[in-house]
Amino acid sequence: MKKEEVPQDGDNLHHGTFKQLFYAVDNSGDYTTAPSVGWEPENVALDQAWEEVERRVAETRVKVEAGEASPIAYYMERTLLDLPLLAVKAGKFQWQVKRHMKPEVFKKLGGSTIARYAEIFGIAAEVLQKGELLPFQRPQ
Amino acid sequence: MTQFSHTQTAHCESGVISNMFRHYGLQISEPMAFGIGAGIFFGHLPFVKVNGVPGTTYRIWPGAIFSRVCKRLGVKMESHQFGSPDKAMQALDDVIAKGIPVGMQSSVYYLPYFPASYRFHFNAHNLVVYGKQNGDYLVSDPIMDTVTVIDHENLVQARFAKGFPAPKGKMYYPVSVPKQVDFREPIKEGIKQACYYMLKIPMPMFGVKGIRFLAKRVKNYPAKVGDRRAGLYLGNIIRMQEEIGTGGAGFRFMYAAFLQEAGTLLNNEELKSVGKELTAVGDLWRNFAFSAGRVCKARSADNTSYGDLGDMLLKIADAEEKVFRRLSKVKI
Repeated sequence: MKKEEVPQDGDNLHHGTFKQLFYAVDNSGDYTTAPSVGWEPENVALDQAWEEVERRVAETRVKVEAGEASPIAYYMERTLLDLPLLAVKAGKFQWQVKRHMKPEVFKKLGGSTIARYAEIFGIAAEVLQKGELLPFQRPQ
Repeated sequence: MTQFSHTQTAHCESGVISNMFRHYGLQISEPMAFGIGAGIFFGHLPFVKVNGVPGTTYRIWPGAIFSRVCKRLGVKMESHQFGSPDKAMQALDDVIAKGIPVGMQSSVYYLPYFPASYRFHFNAHNLVVYGKQNGDYLVSDPIMDTVTVIDHENLVQARFAKGFPAPKGKMYYPVSVPKQVDFREPIKEGIKQACYYMLKIPMPMFGVKGIRFLAKRVKNYPAKVGDRRAGLYLGNIIRMQEEIGTGGAGFRFMYAAFLQEAGTLLNNEELKSVGKELTAVGDLWRNFAFSAGRVCKARSADNTSYGDLGDMLLKIADAEEKVFRRLSKVKI
């Protein structure tokens, strides 16, 4: 890649406030570095990754509202976690976390377990307890 | 207050090495650190999934570059992990109070200064803390263009994020750094190791074989996992290749820059020439990402486009194999 070919596709997800460094060759063929505000394929891929997060969050919300899953399932998606990672963070086995995603089990969870999950999700324990589903905001 | 000269780099690990060693008078560029640490690699791991998407890597596993560079240059490091955040923060305070910049492993999810759209749960990000001011920590994060700050709470979270790999408060700093090093042997060893990893690991997922392995799988994506997931899988390959930290083309340009710098330093025309060839392979990788991005954007998967992408990867594998075979024969 030549230095003048280093992409500057500013239509990215951080509005050009961040520049990453690329290695590229100058006119005499020597390596140098150049900042880039973004590149179309990477923007597309990153945008797609966030769309997928949005899709999963929305899907899980429907399930929770239909009484098929507990708020833990919703907040797991909202915090960009998956089951293995949430289990490690909560210090539990995956089957335990899966159980906590059942509405009837969730209702019986103790205060300390709720508090532990709430901390991982970065929300107040009461919010989780009440089953309030805070909206998901993808980074602007 | 400790002065720390911050230079923005492409990749966090080689960047921390370069910035930190320079603080002690050992001049080493980011590509040189990356090359001596044999950072270049390829691996496709369909069974290691994050959110259901198979993993692809263009570099060696986290921490390997650091330990190899230290060993090859004779730098002695002190490294600690901790059971409790309080102890970890106290240890950090004690060391920076002595004026010693400290490197640490962190999760980008908890770094408030990081571009928001990149804050996924990635736990192997390296940064340097070089001081404390009004309760906040002064940070030199190699991928940022200037120094920045982080508050106590977020730093604790970032240092103690659970997951894979768990940082467990890992912090490290040099205790002895030689001022002058003859780079010849370290370069030679680094190149030898990189060639081994790219050409000789007897498993289909790694090195140039791994690129061919991925090529075959990409061709079958639409049939195997359906349109939507095929697009997600492809998107992840692009991100691993081009996102923050790679320097472009999945570290291929950074490694080519290393070969050029090494060639100039050791007066070795052959090394420089191999570097040029690798730059051309990097351009092939960029073309692949460009085409893959179009397929992602179009959303409808047709088998021809995935087949074409697979063929592009096969060509890249051939070209890359040629480069590393040639590199393995260069006399240093």
